[in-house]
Amino acid sequence: MIAVEDVVVRYGSATALDRVSLTVGAGEMVALIGANGAGKSTLLNAISRVVPTSKGVIRIRGSFAHVPEGRQLFSDLSVDDNLRLGAFRSGDRQTAWIYELMPELERVRKQRADSLSGGQQQMVAIGRGLMARPDVIAIDEMSLGLAPKIVQAIARQLAALNESDGLGVLLVEQSARVALSLCSKAYVLESGRLVAEGASRDLANSCLVESAYLGSPLEEAT
Amino acid sequence: MSAFFSYLVHGIAVGCGFALIASGLIIIYRVTRVVNLAQGMFAVLAGLAAASLLDAGLPHGLAEVIATLAAATAGLITGVVAIGKRGTHPEASLIATLGVGIFGYALEISVWGDQPRSFAGLSGQLELSDFQVSKQYLLIIFVTLVVFGGLELFFERTYFGKALTACASNPKAARLVGIEVTRMGLFGFTLGGALGGVAGVVLTPLSPVSYDSDMPLFVNGFAAAILAGLKQPVLALAGGVALGVAEAMVAGYAKASYQSSLALVLCLVILVAQAARRPALQVADQ
Repeated sequence: MIAVEDVVVRYGSATALDRVSLTVGAGEMVALIGANGAGKSTLLNAISRVVPTSKGVIRIRGSFAHVPEGRQLFSDLSVDDNLRLGAFRSGDRQTAWIYELMPELERVRKQRADSLSGGQQQMVAIGRGLMARPDVIAIDEMSLGLAPKIVQAIARQLAALNESDGLGVLLVEQSARVALSLCSKAYVLESGRLVAEGASRDLANSCLVESAYLGSPLEEAT
Repeated sequence: MSAFFSYLVHGIAVGCGFALIASGLIIIYRVTRVVNLAQGMFAVLAGLAAASLLDAGLPHGLAEVIATLAAATAGLITGVVAIGKRGTHPEASLIATLGVGIFGYALEISVWGDQPRSFAGLSGQLELSDFQVSKQYLLIIFVTLVVFGGLELFFERTYFGKALTACASNPKAARLVGIEVTRMGLFGFTLGGALGGVAGVVLTPLSPVSYDSDMPLFVNGFAAAILAGLKQPVLALAGGVALGVAEAMVAGYAKASYQSSLALVLCLVILVAQAARRPALQVADQ
């Protein structure tokens, strides 16, 4: 479980997050949507203690894994090594269950991570996060640069893990359509401030989200 | 022919020493992005310490191991000074290693004075057909091969070695999976210190060392390291041996005084060539 309460993050004189509060309960799938530069990645980095907070409290109960934006794989190492290093904290280095979950990775397990396609790299990044056996996994820009078919495949796997193992998910997305369709609850971040929160179904129908993040079907198609 | 063979074996042995220093530089650089300017000091410290311990009556083997451990400790201390404070920029850390190296000078002068010291290595020659090879040279080559074999196994086969490579590959991601990058950096410095120490104890019987021997050792080690692209310790073996042989040939067939300039010239050529494409030390970051 993650509880973020009134968190403020500053980079010098600039305020990146301004009194942001958010919760991800056990087994909950939560979306955090917002435009580029809204502070979504900063919030994840604050939860991971990669960036310090100026004010506020972040509580994490259970284990937490962070799949950062841009995949951030260990490019010199193989797929298998990347996955095994994901278990640095948990200690359980058996990768077979990840290959069962993502069969496409098994045939490239000996390949260097930087030789993979974007979709495969994203799978490795998520697989590495899952190897930590987290109670909650936070994924930053899961769909960025990926074909819709691959995004759907990854989303299905996350939903299945949520269903079977009660995995909590915090999905940080620019693509609001993907995030709102997968998660039951969502938060909308704008210029470092939360401007909306609630059930994904309600937010998807709200004027604010629809006009700013979902666009018309024609815009989505283009 | 006999002279050529003699220069060749001498060059290979000395080049192995350079490669050991270079491998320490590379390991530290890979994990921390810091060029450790105190690397030559570790070799000098170990050489001087081994000479004193042998003078005090300790047997060969034990004296060299203790001297190497002293160099490893010096490596750890250098690491604490250079990267102990989280967030220290690599350029600030580089200056810190220079400071530690200068402090090492002072310490070595106060303990051992300013006169060069050495000790007897493995005595005797081995007959190979028409040629004779010093057993000390063969010992250096053997020790170097064992060390590099161990490094290869460590980085390629062990989980801890992979974690070190992960820190070098992507420090941010390493932190996110729970690897303590600063601790890994300190381990890199300790290992670098030990490798410098091994170089010192094997090279000192060939050439006496004094407090100021660190700079030529560093320059030769750095040249071998950048020949290897500051990436793979194993490639540094090829770089070190090539440099050692080239220097031995220059000293043998031209003038001994040109020998020490060779590594500097090589450094300049490689760095200028790399800088023509990208900032020199960032080449290894890619």
